[in-house]
Amino acid sequence: MISVTGREMSISQWALRSLRLDSVLLVLLSILLLLGLAVLFSATGENVIALERQLMRIGLGLAAMLLIAQVSVHALRAISPWLFVAGVLLLLAVMWVGDVGKGAQRWLDLGFMRFQPSEVMKLAVPMMVAWYLSLRNGRPRFRDLVATAALILVPVYLIMQQPDLGTSMLVGAAGFLVVFLAGLGWRWFLGLGVAVAAAIPVLWSQMLDYQRQRVLTLFNPESDPLGAGYHIIQSKIAIGSGGLYGKGWLNGTQSQLEFLPERSTDFIFAVYAEEFGFIGVALLLLLYFAIVARGLWIAALAQDRYARLLGGSISLTFAVYMVVNIGMVTGLLPVVGVPLPLVSYGGTSLVTLMVAFGILMSIASQKRLVNR
Amino acid sequence: MAERDAYGEEQQDRERFVVRILLALVILAAILLALGWRLSGLQVGAHSHFTTLSENNRLRVEPIAPTRGVIRDRNGILLAGNRASYQLEVTVEQAGDLDSLLTRLRGYLELSEADIERFRRGVRQRRPFQPVLLKAGLDDETVARIAVSRHELPGVEIEARPLRFYPLGSKFSHAVGYVGRINQQDLQRLDGRAYAGTSHTGKGGVERYYEELLHGRPGYRQVEVNAQGRVIRELSVTPPQPGTNLTLTLDVSLQQAAYRALAGRDGAIVAIDPNNGEVLALVSAPGFDPEAFVHGISQADFSAVRDNKRRPLFNRALSGQYPPGSTIKPLVGLAALNEDVTTADREMFARGYFQIPGHERRYRDWRREGHGRVDLSRAIAVSSDVYFYDLAHTMGIDRMVPILGAFGIGQRTGIDSTGERAGILPSRDWKRATHDEVWFPGETLITAIGQGYMLSTPLQMADFTAALAARGERYQPHLLRAMDNGRGEPEYPLPVNREPVTVDGKHWDAIHGAMVEAVNARHGTAWGSVGSTRPEYTIAGKTGTSQVFGLGEDEEYDEEELAQRLWDHALFVGYAPAEDPRIAVAVLVEHGGSGGRVAAPVAREVMDAYLLEGSGMTLEVPENE
Repeated sequence: MISVTGREMSISQWALRSLRLDSVLLVLLSILLLLGLAVLFSATGENVIALERQLMRIGLGLAAMLLIAQVSVHALRAISPWLFVAGVLLLLAVMWVGDVGKGAQRWLDLGFMRFQPSEVMKLAVPMMVAWYLSLRNGRPRFRDLVATAALILVPVYLIMQQPDLGTSMLVGAAGFLVVFLAGLGWRWFLGLGVAVAAAIPVLWSQMLDYQRQRVLTLFNPESDPLGAGYHIIQSKIAIGSGGLYGKGWLNGTQSQLEFLPERSTDFIFAVYAEEFGFIGVALLLLLYFAIVARGLWIAALAQDRYARLLGGSISLTFAVYMVVNIGMVTGLLPVVGVPLPLVSYGGTSLVTLMVAFGILMSIASQKRLVNR
Repeated sequence: MAERDAYGEEQQDRERFVVRILLALVILAAILLALGWRLSGLQVGAHSHFTTLSENNRLRVEPIAPTRGVIRDRNGILLAGNRASYQLEVTVEQAGDLDSLLTRLRGYLELSEADIERFRRGVRQRRPFQPVLLKAGLDDETVARIAVSRHELPGVEIEARPLRFYPLGSKFSHAVGYVGRINQQDLQRLDGRAYAGTSHTGKGGVERYYEELLHGRPGYRQVEVNAQGRVIRELSVTPPQPGTNLTLTLDVSLQQAAYRALAGRDGAIVAIDPNNGEVLALVSAPGFDPEAFVHGISQADFSAVRDNKRRPLFNRALSGQYPPGSTIKPLVGLAALNEDVTTADREMFARGYFQIPGHERRYRDWRREGHGRVDLSRAIAVSSDVYFYDLAHTMGIDRMVPILGAFGIGQRTGIDSTGERAGILPSRDWKRATHDEVWFPGETLITAIGQGYMLSTPLQMADFTAALAARGERYQPHLLRAMDNGRGEPEYPLPVNREPVTVDGKHWDAIHGAMVEAVNARHGTAWGSVGSTRPEYTIAGKTGTSQVFGLGEDEEYDEEELAQRLWDHALFVGYAPAEDPRIAVAVLVEHGGSGGRVAAPVAREVMDAYLLEGSGMTLEVPENE
């Protein structure tokens, strides 16, 4: 029964299987996390305490992944609508508390810990959309489009009100990717594209002068060399001066001399690029691509529509994070404050991502169980 | 058939999914290639360009913290200043073996476990060539001894930094406030650019309220650094703009006299000049040592101060809300005259209790046997509760509330400090909004003697007393007298006149007369403790006791039987000289008992200190000023 492939399993294989972990994905993630720690150590100016803290978060993330991997896909599917409803209620609660406190509010204080409901929505929205579409057959029709649009836009709107533009866009992308993977017809994409293109001039004419100026700075940061432009200019110098081979670990002058702002969080990619050069960058992009591809592979082999859609969305959302961050750091995209996944310093996004990979692991083991 | 359909459906769905995935992978690969192209453009194509930029990137801008403005009293005596504080820093790369260095340093100064732990944390967070703080607040002798032995202590540096100090300490802690280290919460509130080089910020009182003025604007110096980040030379300097120096309306000698008059009891004293709203004294006792917060208070010490039963961190003068008790009677009397509910010469027989016609319940007077025949003036002087029950019953709450509101009950005065609370002015609307209940006639009665729901702060009491003294003129109470930013003449803000209380002149005369009677007539409640000692000027005032402990209808308050924490608060409000008021005072002695016996003499000492030259006006100024 165990020898599906006709070979005897080694102890480590057996351990991975009984823990319901996908070995390929686990190895790829571990490489990325270790690489991230090395870059972080350099980016924080050899701060051992920051390193320990990040290590603790990684431990927490791994534990969360392991835990979620044990939950069956059926159970995940069953809780999807409840998780979504709870998430929306929490967003409303945060809004209400924020109103009372008269300020931007993203956190809910539970007494023992602080908790960011918008982070839950990064998973709850694709789970909910996948749940809805798994009830329907065939390509999404018009009414499916309307229903899923509502499911996506309500939380997106609430998160935008916090205001947290970056997260709301990522939540929207995660939901949209599910609809895309479900086979939404091309004419809808065309329609969507036309609608967005038509909305831009209208929005633009509605904006005040200072708001327009802000948008222009977003797309052309060099026009504001002391504000947003400073980040991009310093970041490009860091990346460019790294050259083909890089300046070597702990030797990046841009980052070590603290010219580069946000170097341990949003701009950590520039530190990596300065110290490891273009060769290092190419390898990192490949590593990311491999993780995404493995995730999509797991999704493609999944046994039902829900698992397939959710697994696909999780993998592609991960790719979106990475592309948006690197695009931002290299000056191709506006600076919107998205961390480099699994590398940037900080706990919330790391734990959410590890939970997402836990779901992928769960999907992977479901496949195996059925095959067997 | 159906099953095969479902199977076919599933198969189709999966195929569609795989097509989409492949599509997504192709798009992703294209994007990654584009990113790679961009990166190769930066790292290979433009490498030499960026290398040049990176090598020229040796200029750094460092902030220079501005000097914080000092705070003085109205006579120029320093309340909050800056002095050099020496701290010891260690540069690890030059220090050699750290353990042996620390052992050697123990010969020069005391190092606590906490110091060493913080130092070791700092070492792990910084690069070897950056100095790390080991001990702050060194005294001159230690500095001198270490300076002499520098050659034996490689890597050890003494740094001088300006640090806030409060020469008059805890007596002014609530009036002036204090500064503390900038923490996470402060960072959200403050402009990060302006505070780049600053370590402390105002946390309470004037220090917090005028933070923007006191802080000043930071300067910058542009420096050139070498490849290791060490400063090679300074290129240009933009000097910081020091903070504005403030002169307060407080009078140090009066504040000290007020503190002394409380004689170690817990309470609050606020003295205001009724002619312009200047706050002359603002005492909340006990105070705390503001410098403990400047140096960074340990968690244990902070818990000890915070959990102290006497609550030294609580600003009773501004944040303490107490039932104003009988001190409210002059205002109620004024309302009754103004509303034509009574006249100054109408008399009534005040028994030991009052009953609303048709109701059983007896509202008792504080004096069991009653006060006999009283008119309004005598009713205020002897503090007859029954007279005011009767007045309130006739007037009704709706006619009483507006004038109490006009005197500021239930509203913040808007004083230029932090933590002020509004108190409560109960009314029909207020009760419906907060308790969702209708107003009962009995509540009107107890409101008229300042009990029940009504709450007021000592500052508010001094404020309405000042308005009484000034015949309805209401100047905004304030602590700031002058600002001096060093660029030109000091600036004196004009007193702000708020909406006055307009009442017929003869009504003012009647109430003023009654308040003089309360102190200076044989039957007045403040006669025994103040009037009988014949002060050199005429005091007008009103005593009050503020109930802490609710009594039943037939129960009697007996000081000897109650624990002191349940004793009434003693209150006195008054002004002097009665003919030409120069000072209005409110005194609260927590759990002091009777207002006449306990609070009135305190107010008198404060007035003496202000009005009589050479009496009690001895300055206690420490030498290190």
